[in-house]
Parts: sequence; structure tokens; C-alpha cells
Amino acid sequence: MSSLNKSLLIPLIVFILLVITLGVGFSLKDPHILPSELIDRPFPDFQAAELHDVDRTLTREDLKGEISLVNVWATWCPNCVLEHPELLRISKEEGVPLYGVNYNDEVIKAQAWLRRYEDPFVFNIVDDNGKLGIDLGVYGAPETFIIDAEGVIQYKHVGPVNRYIFDKEMKPVIEQLRANSVATRTAGLDL
Amino acid sequence: MVRLSALVMTLVISFLSLTAIAAIDAYSFPDEGMRKRYNSLIDELRCPQCLNTNLAGSDSMISKDLRREVHRLVLEGKSDDEVRDFMQQRYGDFILYNPQVKGSTYVLWFGPVVLFFIAVAVLVRLVSRRSSPAHEKVLSDEDQERLNQLLSK
Repeated sequence: MSSLNKSLLIPLIVFILLVITLGVGFSLKDPHILPSELIDRPFPDFQAAELHDVDRTLTREDLKGEISLVNVWATWCPNCVLEHPELLRISKEEGVPLYGVNYNDEVIKAQAWLRRYEDPFVFNIVDDNGKLGIDLGVYGAPETFIIDAEGVIQYKHVGPVNRYIFDKEMKPVIEQLRANSVATRTAGLDL
Repeated sequence: MVRLSALVMTLVISFLSLTAIAAIDAYSFPDEGMRKRYNSLIDELRCPQCLNTNLAGSDSMISKDLRREVHRLVLEGKSDDEVRDFMQQRYGDFILYNPQVKGSTYVLWFGPVVLFFIAVAVLVRLVSRRSSPAHEKVLSDEDQERLNQLLSK
């Protein structure tokens, strides 16, 4: 009698296992979005021209000093047009400098693109061969990084930034970093 | 006439194959060993933008860039492991079609083996139960007695 009961339980157990497996499987994040390997690592070293002033050489030292956003964009990227109004808003309202990486693109086209859509960037790093993009683990554009004052990558977003993502995900990171830097500064004063 | 059309066909086919070659990245290597290593590396590295294609099979921009990087690293004399590390540092485990054996990949590596042994165990049990003569005797002595009583009522 008891062995009969046990075998009746098998379909139930299989069903529960299936529910668990599928439940976990479907609640995983979008498999297209790769977790970034670069969080908590310094921004990769680079030497590249500035988009509007190609004689100027930029290095990662230019990104240090302030909490900032680095946006990887290109003229061939439709989502970059989509997110552009939000970048403009951030540059005007949020008090965070926004640096651009013009990824796998042509200087002339990129300059024209910024004239057409307005330029939210403090400066733009020309990455015409995608080398910096590879060092940043970029696999598509747009991608947006939050860098702390020491030039360490703290956050990465793949895909277009919008108001919701900025308020919900990026702003807390920026505020946390600001709070930390204030804390270290006052700690420095106490000493 | 037949000969002429054969000649035309040959020309057309050879022309087609020329354009096909031109579409593949034309990387040159100082020796065959490096070419082989390059080919096997782009074969086992995964395109970060596409879920189920390797670098060799993808035409996306990132794959082209990464093939160029693999070519550069191979020419610089980097070992296969150094190339894999380079990619993994930037793109994570995702890029490795041949994942490393470590905590988070134990299920991947050993899951199938475990499942195989479970399946064998189940099979053995089922077969032994079916063939064992003890299986014939479904009821215990007590139950048999009760059954007899019930039937004789």
C-alpha cells in the first residue's frame, strides 16, 4: 500500500522540480546582457584624440577628479539617438560630467551627428578602431559607465539610458559615491 | 560548343569563389602554426553580441574587432591561455565556449555525469524489481490471510 503511495508522488515531485527549474530559468536576467567584468576595476588606460580637437590627446587621467559618466556611442547606433535626450537632460540637470567614447565611428560623421542632435559631452574620446571599446568590454552601443573620482568603474549599463533607469539605477550609485567621498573628506579633516 | 560553355562556367565559378575569399578577413601569419592557433581560438571564443555563435561564425562588428585582437595577440606571441584570459578579463565567462572548471560551473561540468548515474540507478532498480521473483508475492502473509477471509465470506 505504502509503495503505491510513493509512486503516486513521483509525478508531483517531477512537477515541482520542473516548476523550480523553469521559475529560476525564466527569472534570470536577459541573457543578452553580460555581467560586466570591469566593475571595481580602474578605467582602462588609453591614448586617443579628442573628437572636436583631434590634436589633443586624452588619457584616463582626464577622467579622474570627479564622479562622472562615460557613454559609449556611435552614429551607426539607432539606440544612441533614442537615449540622447536623456543624456542632454543629465548633462544639464544632474551635475555629473558626461564624457563620450565615440566607438568604431568616423570623426566627420560623429561631429555632424553632435551638431544635429546637440552635444551633451564635456569631451569625446575618439575610438575609431574600437580598441578602447574592447578594453571596456563593450559589445554594442550604447553602454554607459559610472566612474568615481579615482577613475574606477563603479557601474555599467548596457543599452539606452532613460529617465527610469537613471533615477532607479544610476542615481543611487552616484549618490552613494558622493556620500562616500564626503565621508572620506570629513574623515580627512578630523585627522 | 560544350567546351565553350564549360569554359564559361569555370570562369564564373572561379570568379564567385574569388569574391567569397574577399569577404573573409585576410589575415596573414608568418607560419601555419599561428594560423591554426588563430583559427582554433576564434572557433572556441563566443561572440559577445550573439548568444549562440562563435567569433569565427559571426559577422557582427564586435566579432570582427575581436578577431583582429586575437590576430594581434597571436602575432605578439601570446599563448592560447593568455588570449583567453585577455578576453575573459573584458567579457567574462560568457566569451568562453569551453568554460573553466570552478565553483559556478560545477553544475555544468558534473551535472550530466550525476544525471547519468541517477538514470542508471533508476534503471537498475526498475529492472531488478521486474525480474526479482520476490515481486511475484505482492501480499504479505497477514494480508493474504485477510484476503482469504474476505473472499470466503
